[in-house]
Amino acid sequence: MTTVTAEPKTTSTGTQRRKDAQRSGRLALVLLSPTVLVLGLVVGYPVISAIRESLYERGQGLDAEGFVVQGDKFVGLSHYRDIFSGPASTAFWNAFWNTSFFTVTTVVIETVLGVAMALVMHQAFRGRGLVRASILVPWAIPTAVSGLLWRWVFQADGVANAVIGRQVLWTTEGFHAKVAVIIADTWKTAPFIGLLVLAGLQLIPREVYEAARVDGAGAWKAFWRITLPLVKPVLLVAVLFRMLDVLRMFDLPFVLIGARKESVETLSMLAWDEATNLRYGAAAAYATILFLYVAVVAYAFVKLLGADILGQVREQGRSRPDRRERRRRAVVPREVTA
Amino acid sequence: MTALSARRAAAAPPAPRRPRRLLPYLGIAIVGLYCLAPFYWMAISAFRRPEDQFDNSPLPTPWSLKNFTAVFRPDVGFERSLLNSLVVAGTTTALVLAIGICTAYALARLRFRGRYLVLGIVLATSMCPGISIVVPLLKLFTNLGLINTYQAMILPSLSFALPLAVWNLTVFFRQLPFELEQAAMCDGCTRGAAFRKIIIPLAAPGVFTTAIITFIAAWNEFIIALSMVNKKEMQTATVSISKFTGAYGFDQPFGTQMAAGVIVTVPLVIVVLICQRRIIAGLTAGGVK
Repeated sequence: MTTVTAEPKTTSTGTQRRKDAQRSGRLALVLLSPTVLVLGLVVGYPVISAIRESLYERGQGLDAEGFVVQGDKFVGLSHYRDIFSGPASTAFWNAFWNTSFFTVTTVVIETVLGVAMALVMHQAFRGRGLVRASILVPWAIPTAVSGLLWRWVFQADGVANAVIGRQVLWTTEGFHAKVAVIIADTWKTAPFIGLLVLAGLQLIPREVYEAARVDGAGAWKAFWRITLPLVKPVLLVAVLFRMLDVLRMFDLPFVLIGARKESVETLSMLAWDEATNLRYGAAAAYATILFLYVAVVAYAFVKLLGADILGQVREQGRSRPDRRERRRRAVVPREVTA
Repeated sequence: MTALSARRAAAAPPAPRRPRRLLPYLGIAIVGLYCLAPFYWMAISAFRRPEDQFDNSPLPTPWSLKNFTAVFRPDVGFERSLLNSLVVAGTTTALVLAIGICTAYALARLRFRGRYLVLGIVLATSMCPGISIVVPLLKLFTNLGLINTYQAMILPSLSFALPLAVWNLTVFFRQLPFELEQAAMCDGCTRGAAFRKIIIPLAAPGVFTTAIITFIAAWNEFIIALSMVNKKEMQTATVSISKFTGAYGFDQPFGTQMAAGVIVTVPLVIVVLICQRRIIAGLTAGGVK
């Protein structure tokens, strides 16, 4: 964008290439720096400053002469001590287990449902466009609005109770509140997994199934031995993204059940609650713990299951001069000159 | 083909021919119902009269627009919330696209060391929980007196919107014909000019899709808008709806909320339905191959 220097015409390809690489590097620097700068400012800085803040306490005590003293006081790891084994530990471990529970249950349910949906959509020849459109509706609805929508469905005299014919007070404290959150979250995101898996299914060549059939594999076996292994890369990435999303869940339980409700309070909600009560130190400690939790889960997932997140870009980068590419390369200039 | 029919046969082995062929359609119907039924319920509830809000009939009798007029009562200030949402989501999208296009181009086209490192950083930041950003920024913005401003909502929104856009655009840009750009440079274009004259027009569909996805993500954002604003006039639509209060104290005005939900959602749904194909391409490219 900023390089408006004229291209020097060199005859030696070696120096040309070196110069090209140099110019690429410089251009890359110019093009990348805004993003790196912005991300550093809005992600890097907050994360680091949260770690710093978690070691401080908002000081607002009286000094010896009875004046109000403003300013942060260094308290070391005492917030973390409070959280892990001190007065805040009950709330923390409750939120920690809630978050983990939601993550495991919703991701498992959504994955199973999503794969089932993808299989259904993959088999349909007509109506696929229609169903693909309808699958985008839950995705497009704001989570806050979907929280309200489910709060309405789960009202004491709402439609959910009318359908099951029982009187469950879904939005009050208790296990049913967890169930309500899981149902609402599943509704919103299972179709999304279905969408991603469907894209993966469409990449599997028909011949593989035919070969399996010739070899005498039944439909069930074909699913476990062919479909699942072949969509695994897609599925792993989808599951990873969902997991990280559920770990930071905030708006759905917040709107559907409410703030400060023990049975659905997640780590994000706990941190938010502390922050709005101006206990920034404790809030920052919670936020840092959640950040580390997410990082550990992501790292473990990528290492243990080998989810190749960068695969999309790297693979295409590597396979650049393959046959199809070369053919296109041969064709395109002719099209341009024509 | 054969595998498909085999699988279908396995799903309903003893059934005669006809139901077997109908089975996929039944599946499709179930998936459609699953996705649309709650949304349908929201829309239908919005059109009921406040008196028979708790009616569970599948269609409102009689239809009424009272809930919608309640949304736009002057004391609710919902128009202003919609405008706020539009400003925040629109500015975020514009900023993110301006920055993201440059970065994605570099990541997709240029060979330089540390390419995967940058991609990794972009991806890692997209995984950062919102609250880890909101807590420190809330304190910072409070000290700077930025609470209740658009900037206080737009800047943190970049944290999730920028990685999303960069990732989507990078994947899109990789699919563009590289040769055209080289041809342009052979004809004497500089790299910058080649980028502007060749790549941008060709990349327009991808950019457009990314714009929609980013806009929807920013429009649906909740925790930042909830934390950075405590004045009613500056609330975004999603926050405003969640804070609607009933005319009589504690009862939640569900009818009004459903109507507001319809107003906030239906434009998105229409855009999504129109650009269905592109958005699916964008979403699947963003997450997976």
